Amino acid sequence: MRMPRLTAFLTATAVFVSAFTLAAQAAEEVHVLNWKGYGADEPWAVANFEKATGFKVVNDFFNSEQEMLTKIRTNPGLYDVVMINAAFNDQAMAGKLIQPIDVSKLSNYADIAKDKAGSPMLNHDGKVYGVPWVWGLTALAINDKSFDKPPTSIAEMWDPAHKGRVIIRDDAVEAVQFGAIASGQNINDIKDMDAVKAKLTSLMPQVKTFWSSENDWNQMVASNQIDIGTYWSGSADRAKTHFKLPVSLVIPQEGAVAWLDAFSIPVGSKNVAGAEAFINYMIDPKFYVEWVTKVGAPVSANTKAVDALPEDAFNRKVMGSPDVAKRIQFQAPVTDAQREKYLALWQELKVNVK
Amino acid sequence: MADQLAIGSRRGLRPALPLLLPAYLWLTVAIFLPLSAMVFFSFMTDLPLAGKEWSFTLGNYAAFFSQSLYSTLLFASLRLGLEVTLWCVVIGYPAAYVLAKVLKGRSREAIFLLVILPFWSNGLVRIFSWAMVLREGGILDTALNAVLPFKINIDLMYSYPAVIIGLVHSYVPYMVLTCYLTLQAIDDSLIEAGRSLGASRRQVLWRVIIPLSMPGLIAGAALIFVPVVGSFMEPRILGGRTGTFYGTVIEDQFVAVFNWPLGAALSFILLAVVLIILALAAPVLRRAG
Repeated sequence: MRMPRLTAFLTATAVFVSAFTLAAQAAEEVHVLNWKGYGADEPWAVANFEKATGFKVVNDFFNSEQEMLTKIRTNPGLYDVVMINAAFNDQAMAGKLIQPIDVSKLSNYADIAKDKAGSPMLNHDGKVYGVPWVWGLTALAINDKSFDKPPTSIAEMWDPAHKGRVIIRDDAVEAVQFGAIASGQNINDIKDMDAVKAKLTSLMPQVKTFWSSENDWNQMVASNQIDIGTYWSGSADRAKTHFKLPVSLVIPQEGAVAWLDAFSIPVGSKNVAGAEAFINYMIDPKFYVEWVTKVGAPVSANTKAVDALPEDAFNRKVMGSPDVAKRIQFQAPVTDAQREKYLALWQELKVNVK
Repeated sequence: MADQLAIGSRRGLRPALPLLLPAYLWLTVAIFLPLSAMVFFSFMTDLPLAGKEWSFTLGNYAAFFSQSLYSTLLFASLRLGLEVTLWCVVIGYPAAYVLAKVLKGRSREAIFLLVILPFWSNGLVRIFSWAMVLREGGILDTALNAVLPFKINIDLMYSYPAVIIGLVHSYVPYMVLTCYLTLQAIDDSLIEAGRSLGASRRQVLWRVIIPLSMPGLIAGAALIFVPVVGSFMEPRILGGRTGTFYGTVIEDQFVAVFNWPLGAALSFILLAVVLIILALAAPVLRRAG
């Protein structure tokens, strides 16, 4: 008779204790929502942050911006930090998903480039809804083995010499904006959709396959199956630095799509102090230099962080040059109606290729 | 004892109820509830998430009929399903015959194991290993060039044949298993009787063996055709730029665009079309059987 009672007592105690530890832990945890393999989940970075602040980082991931929005919508109060592309910040704020950030708590905020920090996409009614983290380009990347000297024009993608050795991302918005650049248009105000369609239609026979993850792209280069394709600047850097692949980024003279990634704090966050500490750590020069050297990364929005890189570093020398700044076009928010129009065009192109 | 048994069997359903309950409960929870939720979604303008307005609409179903894109893709997927099923019959039926009628004992077990093996490996692993074999400079290309005196260039990756190869490999065990079961049940004396009455081997095949094994062929074909029409993983990975099918577009709606209502509506249209095809085919096949 004594044993069961003892067991019951022990079980009850265990349940209570674990409930209390859970509650205590919950206050200490920082739940971060970001792309997988995108800086915030680097084991060394998480370890450094946890050692410095005592907070525990719990990472969760999304595969598309729509999924990210759905995750914060359906799990109010779960996340403390969410990484949002600036072009989606508007939508998140309008849906009351993110809250204003007290930037006075972030010691590194003052070092963020003024044009990024003051971006109208991240500031609403004088309040800051997003802390700029990194920016980068959707440009071209080449397989070094296929070129004696890097091409300068986007037209290289249409060169019959590369037939069946071109790769582009399976993403409607990215494809349409790429077509806009190729047809000499403003990516945020596409006037001539027919020109975009014609450009992309003639590109299709060149394409080997569509990529959806960095891994796809890197494998195609590793097995020497492609010459050239659209790629993200940070990913091209990672392919070169981390995976030692013969990949070089090319910023064509016609221009490239630029994007700005920023951190926000969701409405209902249970650990705002932890979120602020984490965001501040993410824009810290020390973290950034280590990220670039060990793994490869896009360009930090923090000017001091970029200046901490070696002078000939790609992210400092090329991405920071005024010549590049003139060519690139920053992505503005895309409305749902536009997105659906782009998707319809993209699906039509993919079907007609059959 | 005998009386008690008789009473037990006469009572029939009631004692069997506790045995049936878990299965019905499972079916209700695992299939009926999610599926009815999807039917509900397919009539909505948007997902009912916090702060989002929604209402009932037929627009998602109308989208299928207003754009030729979806019907083109549906036909492409139906064609894919037919071709894969055909190849599975061509490859699977002879194998099942040999297993059922020719091989005995140990060798039968060994071959059976080889047939079942694809079932035990993960689908993604299977597809990626095909990617390694089929691509230019891959295993098939290298091996053939090492053996053949002349140079050939084999690059099947990212093409329609690659999708067919991958799908046939995944689904041929269904055909082998269903045909094996019916072929094994054919009494050998029927075949011997046919032969002794002067029928040639071919006549025995057409007049005795195939008609008697027809139920297995039909079951296998249905088991293969239905999932292949909706397949998305194999076309996406092996098909490259030609890998857009009805299934991949549905997947896009769920994963990339987060338009669940449209994705659900497209799935139910597919379900309806497949059911219609099976219903139309049923009398024809029954007569053949």
